[in-house]
Amino acid sequence: MSDAPAELKYSSSHEWARLEENGMVTVGITEFAQEALGDIVFVELPEMGVQIESGEEAGVVESVKAAADTYAPIGGTVVEVNSVLEDEPERVNQDAFGDGWFYRLDPHDVEDLSELMDAESYLELCENEAP
Amino acid sequence: MSKHTALHDEHVRLGVKMVNFAGWDMPLHYGSQIEEHHAVRNAAGAFDVSHMTIIDVRGGEALPWLQYMLANDVGRIECGQAQYGLILNSQAGIIDDLIVYKRKDDFRLIVNAGTREKVLAWFEQNQRGFEINWKLRSGMAIIAVQGPQGIALVEKATGFDGAKMPPFTFLENAESWMFARTGYTGESGLEIILPEQAAPGLWQNLMQAGVSAVGLAARDTLRLEAGMSLSGQDMDETTHALESALGWTIAWKPENRSFIGREPLEQIRKAGSALKLCGIVLQSRGVLRHGQKIISKAGDGIVTSGIYSPTLGYSIGLARVPKNIEPDCHVEIRGKQLAVKLVRPPFVRNGQRVYK
Repeated sequence: MSDAPAELKYSSSHEWARLEENGMVTVGITEFAQEALGDIVFVELPEMGVQIESGEEAGVVESVKAAADTYAPIGGTVVEVNSVLEDEPERVNQDAFGDGWFYRLDPHDVEDLSELMDAESYLELCENEAP
Repeated sequence: MSKHTALHDEHVRLGVKMVNFAGWDMPLHYGSQIEEHHAVRNAAGAFDVSHMTIIDVRGGEALPWLQYMLANDVGRIECGQAQYGLILNSQAGIIDDLIVYKRKDDFRLIVNAGTREKVLAWFEQNQRGFEINWKLRSGMAIIAVQGPQGIALVEKATGFDGAKMPPFTFLENAESWMFARTGYTGESGLEIILPEQAAPGLWQNLMQAGVSAVGLAARDTLRLEAGMSLSGQDMDETTHALESALGWTIAWKPENRSFIGREPLEQIRKAGSALKLCGIVLQSRGVLRHGQKIISKAGDGIVTSGIYSPTLGYSIGLARVPKNIEPDCHVEIRGKQLAVKLVRPPFVRNGQRVYK
């Protein structure tokens, strides 16, 4: 079974969000998601400076098996993207919760994070979705 | 309950991810299908393909029967040689592809797992009047070892030296192991057919010799880079050989050899096929996949196979398109039209890009 660090928050569409010390929120996809997708070959990230709302499409992950949309777990302005993924998408497979992060948001309202799942409820969701 | 091959425990020990394929539990990958793909292109990989169907045909009229049943002419091969060919229905639709191995006392046919019942029923239906009998061989395993180091590592693992064997030949040893210079990856290598009780030992020796275990997911990207068709996906009973880039497998001569599907195929040949199967290369990021629409000035086509090519680093595929299509056209992916270029497969041979 995949893991899910306790300090992160999770969306039902398998993104994770981490509040950084400077108030920014880092977003990626979970270990469960990367495992389900298999080898990832392309990651399309949102553009710098755009505003996205919670639940809105924020790019595409394409693996050897399938293409999957990713969604913003909370609303905010994109202030940084992990452009390394353009050339090394396999980092998502290798380290989904670390090196394989997707982008950073300046959140509209940091309190929105509390509407996301904690690790325990997220793992429960995965349990139910497991093939 | 899915069927297991004789190597099931070996796969589980290697941490396999299994997939149900035609009623069998088969290895999909052992961690990363891309790494497995590279292992075959750069060194050597072993595939368990024991789910494939082995049929041995013997009897005084085995040769004329197979010349009637198959679109290629097995009269052209000698004992110790193998031949790729097609089984057609009476409208020239493709029931399956197969490899025929001509042995001393019989012909050994290997057909796909997914079409097993269909092929067996077709054989039964069409054996009247011929003095033949055919037997489904169970209790056998098939291990394909493929890659530039494949033949050398088989020798290390078994002592069998296949280095001097030409492609599409085979040899058998005293323990009824068959070593065939055939495969489905565009690399050199051997396919080993052996009694299933000996298979786990061979598998372990191959792993110890340095061969990587490779699953069906990488088998698909390897065969597509090599420009090889997959029965049931790139061609099936609703398509014919001349729109499937398989015209080379039809033995038109001698002209008086009657084989099932010949007449309708002759007519299509005379009129000219309206469609053709060709290679496509996506010109931007994204992945071509089965079923996507090709859009051109000459009309629409369809992607029959599409993958991300681990060797090339971009997406390639096969598509059935109008015969007079322009070389630069488009594919529709997720509502967007992206540029594709038509090319002549194979895409990769011996680890290198080969198409222009």
